[in-house]
Amino acid sequence: MSAVEISSLGKVFNAGSANQVDALVDIDLSIAPGEFVSLIGPSGCGKSTLLRLIANLLEPTSGSVTVNGKSAKQARLDQDYGMAFQQSGLFEWRTVAKNIELPLELKGWEKAKRRARALEMLELVKLADFAEHYPWQLSGGMQQRVAIARALAVHPQLLLMDEPFGALDEMTREHMQSELLSICRRTGSSVVFVTHSIPEAVYLSNRVVVMSPRPGRITKIVDVGIEGERTDATRDNAAFFAGITAVREALRGVEMSDHVRGIEDR
Amino acid sequence: MSNAPSTRNHQVMLRRVRRMVLFVVSIVLVAAVWEIYKAVGPEAGGKIFGWKLLPRANDNAMPHVWEMLSRYTRPELRGSDRRIWSVVLAGAWFSFRLALVGFALGTTLGLGLAVLMSRFKIAERGILPYLVVSQTVPLIALAPLVVSWGGKLHVFGWEWPRWLSAAVLGGFLAFFPVAVGTLRGLQSAASASVELMDSYAASWTQTLFKLRFPAAVPFIVPSLKLAASSSVIGVVVAEISTGLKGGIGRLIIEYAREATSDPAKVFTAVFGAALLGLAMSGFVTIADLYMMRNRPKEATA
Repeated sequence: MSAVEISSLGKVFNAGSANQVDALVDIDLSIAPGEFVSLIGPSGCGKSTLLRLIANLLEPTSGSVTVNGKSAKQARLDQDYGMAFQQSGLFEWRTVAKNIELPLELKGWEKAKRRARALEMLELVKLADFAEHYPWQLSGGMQQRVAIARALAVHPQLLLMDEPFGALDEMTREHMQSELLSICRRTGSSVVFVTHSIPEAVYLSNRVVVMSPRPGRITKIVDVGIEGERTDATRDNAAFFAGITAVREALRGVEMSDHVRGIEDR
Repeated sequence: MSNAPSTRNHQVMLRRVRRMVLFVVSIVLVAAVWEIYKAVGPEAGGKIFGWKLLPRANDNAMPHVWEMLSRYTRPELRGSDRRIWSVVLAGAWFSFRLALVGFALGTTLGLGLAVLMSRFKIAERGILPYLVVSQTVPLIALAPLVVSWGGKLHVFGWEWPRWLSAAVLGGFLAFFPVAVGTLRGLQSAASASVELMDSYAASWTQTLFKLRFPAAVPFIVPSLKLAASSSVIGVVVAEISTGLKGGIGRLIIEYAREATSDPAKVFTAVFGAALLGLAMSGFVTIADLYMMRNRPKEATA
C-alpha cells in the first residue's frame, strides 16, 4: 500500500468567477512508504496547494487523494501525518516541551505519557536541554527543529513539509537537511517536501517532482540516483550534480526564464 | 543566554523603581504648579485677549495644598468624631468594590460577545455596530433608568439591590473595550497556526482555548486596563447622578455643596476618587504581569 496515492486530482479556486484559477489539473502521483519526495517549481505552480490537498486542509475539486489507504480526511482525523511550515508556528506562550505535546494533548493523551513522548522527540532533534525554554528564547534553526519534533510527535507515517527550511541561513539549512534525513532513517516516515531550492530537493529526495504553473501540473519526475546513505560528502558527489542538472533542465523546460524566477540555483 | 534573565530582572526592577520615583516627583510638581499659580494668578480670574481663561486664584476656588492635606485629619462635620480621611477611605472602598463588580460583569460580557462575534461572522456584522452605538448613549441619561430597577425587580425572591445598578453602569462602560480588544485578539491568531490546528483535526473549542485565547492575551490586557478605568468612571458617575449613598461619588456631591464654607473638603473626596482609580489600575497591572509572565519581554515593554 502506498503512503500517498493521488489520481487525476484537480483544484480550481474561485470556480465560475472572473478570477478563476486552475491551481492544479490532472495530478497523478504515488508515494511509497519511506520514500522522500520533493515538490519543486516556480511560484504559482500549485505545490503548496498539492501539499494542502494531501493534508486535507483543502478539498479537491476533482480526483482523489488517499493516505495510508484511507481518504485524506480520515487520515487527518486519525493524525496519520505530521506537518511543518516555513514559519515554525510554535505557540509563544508554551514551553518547547508543551509545544511538542500540543498534538498529543488534542488527542487526549494523559500528561505523563505526553511529557515522555515530548522528551523523546527533543532527544531526537538534539534539544533535550531546552524543554522548559520558550520558543522566543531559541534561534530560528532551533525553533524549526522544535516544529519538526512537534510534527513527529504522533509518530506519523507521513511528514508533510512546506519549505520548512526556507527562512534559515545556508549553513543552518544544510545542517537541518542532514538532521531531517537521519530522523527519517530512524522513523521510517515518508516525506512530501515543498521547496524552492534545487540542491535541497536533490540532496533530500528519492524523487523530485517538477511542477509548472498556469495550470498547475506535473511536468517531470526526476529520479535522483544517489546511492547509499547521504552525508555531507554527497554534496560533492557526481550523482548529486547530475540530479541538479536534471532538475534544472526539467525546470527550464517549464517555461522561459522569467517564470522560473524564485528558484534558487545555489 | 544563561545570565540574560537575571540581567533582565535587574533592569525590570530598575525600571519599576524609576517609574515610582517619577510618579512621586510628578505629584510634587503638580502641587508646586498649583501653589505658584495661586501666588501669582489673579484673585478674581482674568482674561487673555478678551477670553475669560484664567481661573480664580482665591482661597475658595484654589485652597492651599497643605489646607487640603490637613483637612483629612479634621472631623468630617463639626462635632463629629469621624475624621475625614476615614470617611473618604470608606467611600473609596465602597466604590472600589462596586467598580470591581462592574469590571467583572463588563469583562465577562465583553469576552462573551467577542467569542460570539469571532464564531459567527454574521454576529459580528449584526452586533458590532450596536456596541459602538451603545457607547454614544450618555451614561447620565441611562443611569436613572437602571437605578429604577432597584427594588422593582424580583427574581425568585431575590431583589435587585440599588448598588447593583451602579455596578451595572460601570460594567456598561467596561464591556466595550474588552469586546473590541478581545475580538481583534481572537482574530489575530496566525493563519498558519489555525491551519496547524486544522491539521490536528482540533475542534472549534480546542482551537479557541489552545490557540485563539492565548494569542488574544496581548490584546486583552490593554483592553482590561481601559475597562478598569471605565468601570470606575461608570460607578462614580452613576453614584453622582443617582445619589447612591456610601460611595465616593456621593461624597463628592455632598462636599461640593459646602465648597464656599469649606473649600478644601471637596478636594479630599476628589483625591479619594483618584486613589480609587489608581487602586483599580494597580489591580489590573498585577493581572497583566501574571498573564504576560511567559511572553517575550519586548512585547510588554
